[in-house]
Amino acid sequence: MMDRRRFLTILSSTVAALGSANVLAVHKVAALGTMQKAYTFFTGAESAFIEAAVARIIPADDLGPGALEADVPYFIDQQLTGDYGAGARFYNQGPFGATTPYQGYQLPLSPRDLYRVGMAATDRYCRETYGKDFAKLEPAQQDEVLQGLQGVVLEDVPGATFFSQLLTDAKDGFFADPAYGGNKDMVGWKLVGFPGVPAEYTELIERHNEPYDVEPVDLGGMQHAGLQHDHLHAVHRPAAVPRRTTAPPSRPVDPEEPYDWKSGPRFSV
Amino acid sequence: MATRLKSVDAVVIGVGWAGSIMATELAKAGLKVVGLERGRYRGQEEFTLPGIHDELKYNRRLELFEDLSRSTITCRNNTGEVARPMRRHGPFPWGEGLGGAGFHWAGWTWRHSPWSFEMRTRTIERYGERAIPTDATIQDWPMTYDELESSYDKFEYAIGLSGKAGNINGEIQPGGNPFEGPRSREFPNPPLKKSYGMAIFEEATRSLGYHPFPTPAAQTSQPYTNPDGVGMGQCIYCGYCMNTGCEVAAKATPQTTVLPAALQTGNLEIRTHAAVTRINTSGGRATGVTYVDGRGREIEQPADIVLLTGFTWSNTQLLLVSGIGKPYDPATGTGNVGKNFSWHGAMPYIPLYYDDGHVFNPFVGAGALGMCISDLEGDNFDHTGLGFIGGIFMAYFQLGAGPMMFQPTPPGTPGWGSEWKQAVAHYYNRTLQVVAFHDHLSYRGNYMDLDPNYTDIYGNPLLRLTYDIGTNEIRMSDYMVGVGHEVARAMKPSRYAVYGLPKRFDAGANYFVIHQVGGAMAGTTPENSVVNKYMQSWDVPNLFVVGASAFPQITAYNPTGTVGALSYFSADAIINQYLKDPGPLVS
Repeated sequence: MMDRRRFLTILSSTVAALGSANVLAVHKVAALGTMQKAYTFFTGAESAFIEAAVARIIPADDLGPGALEADVPYFIDQQLTGDYGAGARFYNQGPFGATTPYQGYQLPLSPRDLYRVGMAATDRYCRETYGKDFAKLEPAQQDEVLQGLQGVVLEDVPGATFFSQLLTDAKDGFFADPAYGGNKDMVGWKLVGFPGVPAEYTELIERHNEPYDVEPVDLGGMQHAGLQHDHLHAVHRPAAVPRRTTAPPSRPVDPEEPYDWKSGPRFSV
Repeated sequence: MATRLKSVDAVVIGVGWAGSIMATELAKAGLKVVGLERGRYRGQEEFTLPGIHDELKYNRRLELFEDLSRSTITCRNNTGEVARPMRRHGPFPWGEGLGGAGFHWAGWTWRHSPWSFEMRTRTIERYGERAIPTDATIQDWPMTYDELESSYDKFEYAIGLSGKAGNINGEIQPGGNPFEGPRSREFPNPPLKKSYGMAIFEEATRSLGYHPFPTPAAQTSQPYTNPDGVGMGQCIYCGYCMNTGCEVAAKATPQTTVLPAALQTGNLEIRTHAAVTRINTSGGRATGVTYVDGRGREIEQPADIVLLTGFTWSNTQLLLVSGIGKPYDPATGTGNVGKNFSWHGAMPYIPLYYDDGHVFNPFVGAGALGMCISDLEGDNFDHTGLGFIGGIFMAYFQLGAGPMMFQPTPPGTPGWGSEWKQAVAHYYNRTLQVVAFHDHLSYRGNYMDLDPNYTDIYGNPLLRLTYDIGTNEIRMSDYMVGVGHEVARAMKPSRYAVYGLPKRFDAGANYFVIHQVGGAMAGTTPENSVVNKYMQSWDVPNLFVVGASAFPQITAYNPTGTVGALSYFSADAIINQYLKDPGPLVS
């Protein structure tokens, strides 16, 4: 029987022989050295749906990788596999019944079930309307469908409820610690300039209007560097590439538009 | 059949700020005390790096907040609707576990103003009876600010509060809040450091003639030892503060400030996973409590004194299920248990967006780091002709905001897609948030009772909240939005927005202000209240109900400072008066 070391050697030499053009083989080697992410909740069709959807919610563009590249689908998958997906810390008892628009989430569906029902119903709609699954649509059509979800009822599930769950989870996956499967290479943190886990700012707080442009460090970076008890900001290194952003276009604002308290702000005092 | 344990001197229900202070003071006085906490144990040793710097766990999955699968409340806007359970945390997640809200809190620690203790009387004196809406049920507290001053002082020195006094024994102090009631001495610790955003707010409000001062903060600005000899660390502005624990023991929690002294006496035993389901009474006295322990056993703990020290929900629910006091009936206005619920959200809320030339480093901060003005709080300004009473305090706060909690985009920005991404990338480090909290009157229709349809896992009916935003508050909001525009312009952002109150309370929204009060309010007679000025039940004299449940109405100021003061005030009364003559302290 071939031992693992020998297998690796053979595979590496094969890759060397084939050259870097052989993407598949390189991919396999990389997989042996690192943990390969896998879906544990989404089916094949569902993962295609989620990958397509998050790529529209936070797209890859001039500013850098988007949610797909950040492995956000894996983040959502892991969240749904676990107790959050099961709604383990939500009040799930009946009775269910008529509600007002001011009583919050009142469906008898866990986040896991909401996704399953929401994705299937959206795909059915796409097949009826465009003749294809959501994942196979053109990006502009996908945007149209996602926009449309906010005003429709998908069989038993309000489209807005499903979309709002998807939107929240996609953004969470983009900015949560990479330990949870998304925010790969801390791309979300790099996008906004968040330094991550080490945080000793006794001096920085008084350095007014001074950028703190560093390479972020995540939980894994702290743990594997043996920094459990080290709180010094010295673990931050200057950013390899300085951050540059530009202001988005100014949009006309309706002064009577109320604040969307469903989206935050998320502070508590 | 419940297992009956040996009787103790006092049993404490809920070990948050109120429970910890009461338990500690009684244990120090030599009483044998048992503290029952329905949540789990939380100690400082759990809150080490790097694990606690985790936004998903603490800010989004709300690790320190109630597990709603066990218990929640139900909500409706008025009595004509069927209340539905709050299935997920939304507008105001509430704490669970040892330390309670005192563990997850941000640490803004205020004293109520002298005016707010006499709100009804002083309003009538200055503006006449007609200034109070006919359906408002506001009432004066049974004690004045001056009576409570030494208890505020005790709490502030126990927790090492950082700030600057504005009034010491009647003399106005530069740099502090000139509108506050007189303090007997300076804060135990100087204010926290000043961030760039604080400097901008300070300069802007001063230019408008207001009187900015640093927020009183329960994060120690320097190493500190409290009067019980308990040591605290020094804040390092890590920005992971609110909703989580503190790795340097600078944020005050019951565990790090009060409880160590109690545990040292050997007189306090804390039992976690102990969910009290009844306060037992016989012949007009409490005989003890019944609780379910972590192994599912029903236990009866007899005690000479019962201290009900939970959150507003728990205190009210336990009184109602135990049949203590008369439940409030909004139709007739009779009964007091559950009456005078109030709460306040943020109003106005003012995000300010700056472009190039400004960075604010929002990830730096402390839960109560901020700069405030109180010029518009309570009755600090003339309300003649304004159509409302009460007011707001306004603050720029820098509590530490990671990108899961803070994704600022100017109004009009799409909620997703490339433009959203561009806006978040640009504005995460270029946005300030100014927020104000407001006085909210209590009203005839805002109350709590037992829900007829839903139960918790112990079989008790859930507490039902009937609540909507009042007319006084909507009128105040319209006025304060105008003030918000004035402050925002003076802060010179490139764009900003000013948001007032929503027209209706929404149990599905994220207001995230956990200041619920009332239900067991303190007053001068059994006819107008549930407890007397010492937090002693009118109906059951060996039961003390301590916490924000005692407030007759919410003021603009965050409630914890006053909860701490009430706890010391009540504990003093038990030790110095009640124990000598165990009967009603007010006849």
